[in-house]
Amino acid sequence: MTGLPLLSIAIWLPIIGGCIVLATGDDRRAAIARVLALIVALAGFVVTLPLYLDFDTTTAAMQFVERAMWIPRFNITYFLGVDGISMPFVLLNSFITLIVVIAGWRVIENKVAQYMAAFLMMSGLLNGIFCALDAMLFYVFFEASLIPLYIVIGVWGGANRVYAALKFFLYTLLGSLLMLVAMLWLFNASGGSFSILDWHGIKIDMTAQKLLFLAFFASFAVKVPMWPVHTWLPDAHVEAPTGGSVVLAAIGLKLGAYGFLRLAMPIAPDASHYFAPFIIALSLIAVIYIGFVALVQTDMKKLVAYSSISHMGFVTLGFFIFNPLGVEGALVQMISHGFVSGAMFLCIGVLYDRMHSRQIADYGGVVNTMPKFAALFLLFAMANAGLPATSGFVGEFMVALGAVQFNFWVGAAAATTLILGAAYTLWMYKRVVFGEVANDHVAALTDINAREFLILGVLALCVLGMGLYPKVFTDVMHASVTELLKHVAISKL
Amino acid sequence: MNFVMPNLPLAAAEIFVLTMACVVLLADLFWGKKHPRLAYGLTLFTLAGAFVLTYGLLALIGGEVVATFSNMYVRDVMGDFLKLGVYLAVFAVVVYARGFLAARGQDKGEFYLFVLFALLGMMVMITSNHFLTLYLGLELLALSLYALVALDRDSARATEAAMKYFVLGSLASGLLLYGMSMIYGATGTLEISAIAAQIHQGAARKEVLVFGLVFLMAGLAFKLGVAPFHMWIPDVYHGAPAPIALFIASAPKLATFAMAMRLLVGGLLGLSDQWQLMLMFLAVLSIALGNLAAIAQTNIKRMLGYSAISHMGFLALGLLSGVVEGDPHGALNAYSSAMFYAVVYVLMSLAAFGLVALLSREGIEAEHISDFQGLNKRSPWLAALMGLTMFSMAGVPFFVGFWAKLSVLQAVVQAGYLWLAVFAVVFSLIGAFYYLRIIKVMYFDEPQVLSPVGGPLDARVLLSVNGLLIIGFGLFPEQLMRLCAMSMITSF
Repeated sequence: MTGLPLLSIAIWLPIIGGCIVLATGDDRRAAIARVLALIVALAGFVVTLPLYLDFDTTTAAMQFVERAMWIPRFNITYFLGVDGISMPFVLLNSFITLIVVIAGWRVIENKVAQYMAAFLMMSGLLNGIFCALDAMLFYVFFEASLIPLYIVIGVWGGANRVYAALKFFLYTLLGSLLMLVAMLWLFNASGGSFSILDWHGIKIDMTAQKLLFLAFFASFAVKVPMWPVHTWLPDAHVEAPTGGSVVLAAIGLKLGAYGFLRLAMPIAPDASHYFAPFIIALSLIAVIYIGFVALVQTDMKKLVAYSSISHMGFVTLGFFIFNPLGVEGALVQMISHGFVSGAMFLCIGVLYDRMHSRQIADYGGVVNTMPKFAALFLLFAMANAGLPATSGFVGEFMVALGAVQFNFWVGAAAATTLILGAAYTLWMYKRVVFGEVANDHVAALTDINAREFLILGVLALCVLGMGLYPKVFTDVMHASVTELLKHVAISKL
Repeated sequence: MNFVMPNLPLAAAEIFVLTMACVVLLADLFWGKKHPRLAYGLTLFTLAGAFVLTYGLLALIGGEVVATFSNMYVRDVMGDFLKLGVYLAVFAVVVYARGFLAARGQDKGEFYLFVLFALLGMMVMITSNHFLTLYLGLELLALSLYALVALDRDSARATEAAMKYFVLGSLASGLLLYGMSMIYGATGTLEISAIAAQIHQGAARKEVLVFGLVFLMAGLAFKLGVAPFHMWIPDVYHGAPAPIALFIASAPKLATFAMAMRLLVGGLLGLSDQWQLMLMFLAVLSIALGNLAAIAQTNIKRMLGYSAISHMGFLALGLLSGVVEGDPHGALNAYSSAMFYAVVYVLMSLAAFGLVALLSREGIEAEHISDFQGLNKRSPWLAALMGLTMFSMAGVPFFVGFWAKLSVLQAVVQAGYLWLAVFAVVFSLIGAFYYLRIIKVMYFDEPQVLSPVGGPLDARVLLSVNGLLIIGFGLFPEQLMRLCAMSMITSF
C-alpha cells in the first residue's frame, strides 16, 4: 500500500476511467456506461482512503510526495504532495464524485456516457489541483478543470445554459490568466523554479508582493467567489444540471480558497497583511449583503447559490484574520459546506426531477406527500443555517470566535450570518415543505426512492458526524495550519 | 572568374523535389487520365523522399552550419527542422485536400504541381543566406499560391481573392525588394552573413540601414500576416477553397518564420533595438485587432484568418523578446519559443482547416459557423477533434497551444516586458470567446442536418492523428520544445 503512487492514481484513474466510459459510445450502451462510471468512481474514492488512514498528523511537511521531471526546458516538475490542508479536499472530491454518479443514475437519459465521463475527468483534474506542488502543474489542472464543467453546463443545463456556461468560463479564465503572468514573474525571481515550496521561501519586495497578491487575488476571488466578482455563480448554478451544481458548490468553490492558502498568503505574506482589511471588508459584505440577497430569491437554486457565496465569505474572513481558530474554522467550514450545499442541491434536484420547477411559489406542503424527503431536507437546511450538532455550526462558531478575538465588531458582524442563514434557509424550507398541499402537482409527488435515500442518507450521516465529532477533521489540519500561520507571520521583505 | 562547384549533396532535397515536380507534370500529362490518383501518389512519394533526404543530412552532419552555392545556401539545424515540419504540413494538406477537390472535379495534376513548386519555394526560403535566394524562394512560393487560390476558375470569389492576394502580395514583395536594395546600398553586399559582419564592424551607415529595415519589415509583416499589413488574410482565407486556405495557413508560416529569423537575427542583429520596437508595434496591433475582429465573424474561415493574425502577433512577441545585450541565453530562449509557437500553430491550423475541408466535402463549402451546429450529435469524434483544436488555440491546458503561449509569455516576462505579457493574456481571454463559440455551436446546439460527416478514410485517419498529437504534445511537450531549443543553439 505504501509503495503505490496514491496521488497519481487518485488523479489519473478517474481521468482514464472517464475516457474508457466515453469510449462506450452512444446511449444504446448507456447501462454499461453507468456501471463502468460507478466502478471507476468507487475505485477513485477507495484509492483516497489510505491518504487519510496513513496520514501523519504530527508533521506539517508534504506527504505522499511524488516528484519527477516533466518539462526540463522550463524546469516544470510533476510534483505532487498533500498536507493537512489539501488532504481532506482530495477525499471530499472523490466522495462527492461518487455521490454525483449515483445521483445522475436514472436522471440523465441523454448522452449518458459523455455525462459520466465529464464528471469523472473533472474529478481527476480537481484532485490534481489539490495535490499539485508545482505551480505550472497547478495552473494546468486549474484551467483544464474548466473544460468539463463548461461542457456539462452547456449540454445538460437549463434554458439559459449557454450564457451561464460562457460567463463561468470567461470570468474564471480572466483571473487565471493574470495569475499566469504572476507565476512567470515568480519563475524568474526564484531563479528558474516553478516549485511552490521554493516560492514560499524567496524574498520579494513590497511593491512586487502587492502586485503578485493582486494577481492571485484576481484569480481566486473569482473562484471563491467573493463579492463583487460573484455574479457568475448564481447563473452557473441555476443553469447547471444537479450533478454540475453539486460539484461546483462542493469542490469548485473550494479551489479559490485553497489557492489563497497555498499560493497567495505564503508567497506574499506582507501584502496579505496589507490587504487583509480590504478582504475582511469584502468578506463581511458577502456574509451580510449577500445574505439579504438570498432572502429575497424566488428560485431555490439561486437562493442556495447566494447562500454558498455567503458561507464562502465566512471562509475568506477566517483566513485573513490570521489566527488558528479562524483558519481552522474556515477549513472546517469549507468541508462542511461541501457536504451541506451538495446535499441541498441534491434535494432541490430531487424536487426538480419530479416537478421540473425550481420556483418556491410552485411548491408548498411537500411534507404531506414526501415525509422522508422532508426529514432529510430539514437536517440539511438546519446545517446550512448553522445549527449546533450539525457540521455547519462547527466552522461558523470557530470563525466567529476567531473573529471576535481579532476585533469585536468584525466578529459581531460575522455572527449575523447565524441569523441571516437561518432566515433565508428556514423561510425557504417553510414555504416549500410545510403548510397545506399547494397544488395538484405537489399532491402527485412520490417520496424519494432507494437510490435517492442512499445518497441523501449518507450525506446526512456525514453532516451529523462532522457536527458531533469534528476532531476527525481538525486533527488532520492542525499541524499544517500552525506551520502556515507561522510562515505568514514572518515578513519577507 | 572563378567557378566553385557547389556542394550539391547538401541541396539533395531541393534537387529531388524539383525533379519530381517535373516528373509529376509529365506523368500527369501522359497518364493522368488513366490513373487519376497518379499525381497524388507521386506527390506523397516526393514528400516522403524529401523527408528521408533531409533527415539523412541532419543525421549525417548534425549541428554544423555549412554554406554552399557561394554562400547563398546555408544548411543548419533550424533549417532542417523547419523543412521537416514543412514536409509534414504539406503532406497533411495534400491528404486533406484530395477528397475536397475530387468531389468538385478539380483533383488535377496542376494542383499537385503548384503544391510541389510552393514546397520548393519554401525550402529555398528556409535555406537561403542571400537576399536573392530569399526573394527567389519567396516569389516561387507566392506565385504558386496565387495560382492555387485561383484554381477554381468558376468561382468568382476565389478569383477575386486570388487577384487581391496577387496585387497586394506583389506590392509587398516590391517593398521587400526596395528594403533589400537599401541595405545593399549601405553594406555593399547581398549575402546575409556578410551583411551581419558589415553592421558589426560599423561599416554601414545607420540611417540607410534603418530606412531599408523599415521596408524590409513591411514586406516581412505582409507575408507573416501581422497588422497593419493583414488586410489580405481574411479575404484570401475566405475566398480561397478550404484546402487552399489550409495550405496558406500552415506551411508558409514556417517558411516565413525562417525568413524572419534569417533576416532579423541572422543578418540585421546589429539593428535589433530598431526592429524590436517595430515588432512590438506589430505584435500589439495584431493581437488586439486579430482577437477583436474575429468575434464579429460568422464565416469560420474568416474567423480562423483573424485568429491567425493574432497568433502571428504572439509569434512576433517571441521574436522581440530576444534581448541581445546582457543575456544571450535569454535571446535563444526567446527565439526557440517563437519557433515552437510557429510549429504548434501550424499543427493546430492543419487540424482546424482540415476539419473545415472535411465538412465541406458534400458539394457545399462548410463556411459558416452554423454549419458546425450539433456536430457532436452527428459525428462525436470529429466534434471532439474540433473541440480540442479550438481549446488548444485558445490556450487552455492540457493542449499544446497552452505550452506555446506559455513559452512566449515566459520569454516576454524574462525580457522585462511585464505589461506586454498582461496585455497579451487579456486579449487571449477576449480571443477565447470565439473559440468557445465554436464549441458551443458543436455541443450545445441542435444539428440542422442529422447525417454523420463522411470523408475519405486517409483524411480522417490523418486528422485523428493530428488531433491526438495536439493532446499528446499537450501532455508531453518536452521533445518538441527541445528540438526548437537545439535548432536555435546550433544555428545562431
